[in-house]
Amino acid sequence: MKKFSVKTIVAIGIGAALFFVLGRFVAIPSPVPNTNISVQYGLLAFLTVVYGPIAGALIGFIGHTLIDFSLGSGIWWSWVIASGVFGLLMGLAAKMLKMNEGEIGKKGLVKFNIAQVVCHLVCWMAVAPVLDVYMMGEPWDKLIAQGLTAGIANAVTTAIVGSLLCVAYAATQTKAGSLTKED
Amino acid sequence: MTNLFNYIDRPSPIHRLTGACKLVCLLLWSVAAMTSFYTPLLAALTVAALILFRTAKLRVKDISFTLGAMIVYVILNNVLIYLFSPGHGAQLYGSRTVLLTLPGRYSLTAEQLFYHLNVVLKNACTIPIVLLFVCTTNPSEFAASLNRIGVSYRISYAVALTLRYIPDIQREYHDISLAQQARGVEMSKKASLIHRLKAASTILIPLVLSSLDRIEVISNAMELRGFGKGKKRTWYAGRDFSAADWLSMAACALLVLLSLTLTALNGGRFYNPFV
Repeated sequence: MKKFSVKTIVAIGIGAALFFVLGRFVAIPSPVPNTNISVQYGLLAFLTVVYGPIAGALIGFIGHTLIDFSLGSGIWWSWVIASGVFGLLMGLAAKMLKMNEGEIGKKGLVKFNIAQVVCHLVCWMAVAPVLDVYMMGEPWDKLIAQGLTAGIANAVTTAIVGSLLCVAYAATQTKAGSLTKED
Repeated sequence: MTNLFNYIDRPSPIHRLTGACKLVCLLLWSVAAMTSFYTPLLAALTVAALILFRTAKLRVKDISFTLGAMIVYVILNNVLIYLFSPGHGAQLYGSRTVLLTLPGRYSLTAEQLFYHLNVVLKNACTIPIVLLFVCTTNPSEFAASLNRIGVSYRISYAVALTLRYIPDIQREYHDISLAQQARGVEMSKKASLIHRLKAASTILIPLVLSSLDRIEVISNAMELRGFGKGKKRTWYAGRDFSAADWLSMAACALLVLLSLTLTALNGGRFYNPFV
């Protein structure tokens, strides 16, 4: 197995804890049952851009598993895996699009949002329903309705929360060439 | 503040099993229940799960809150399935026996009812086991067990960090939330949805940025102590497997085998009483 840096490990640990706290205590119920509007995916998208795909995948996977554990409603493996896949895809997309979290401008935000919408669609419309059909044998129509609601809700909250976090984070970073020589 | 892992310390044979063993059993049990739709097996698993639940000396009172939430969840799930595809059962079992004629496609069929029974059983046979695991496993043993079953110790340590910092982050979330409310940010039900989302982000930004600092501090501290230099790591809460542990893991492995054989013998995942 590839060696992680200590920072990645800590980022996974703290990231998953944040994901858990946001998912568990800040969930806003949506009209479709069993599907919440979750703020945590905005956080996940942001952390993934900062710490990379492997950290993203594990934050999603561990965080979501713990949420399911603590709710006691059984672990919904298909959606847990989908959360992990979202982190992974988002991280890869961020690498491919060469997003730089330290200096995110208008262009960076557009890239970030296109990437997150595509990743959400893939996860909740493809990965989660396919796994659900195999594991639970549930009908497609219902899964697509759930997936669509979850996907859209997650994409919207990611667009708001994720973008806000990216901008706020970029403001705290020192930009390259920010020092100018005094006369 | 709610407890994350509702660990309930009571002497019982289930509590004496090591965390690693219980984790393996939970995973195997889930696999057995996930792969099969063989109704008699699912019913047997449900009964076995309930018996195990009794053995752990857990009382319904301990878990009444989660139990209520789960029942609501299972009911909603079934209503949703029926709303979207009332003909799914007939399609799966290849026959259609109408029990009650209702307008449109919503006629109640025996096949659909049987399919719903399967869905309920599927939930009913895993939920008690997950609760059992959560209530009888000491959280600090959990990370040690992950390492024990072959997860790299770095990832296990990340899980340990998560469990360690959830209460801290929860407290910080609470503090920031109170501070923002004192400054007039409305986040109760009185505000509109969009407004509440915005209010949530006024907590989120300080929370996330302070967590990023925390990541920096902790990773520096770990690096200074030489974390990740060795190939292995020992765990304070780790325990060795006993005979009972091996026995229960073997039993769960047999369950998976049984589930797979039944699927193979049945010639499909669905047990069909209608043909």
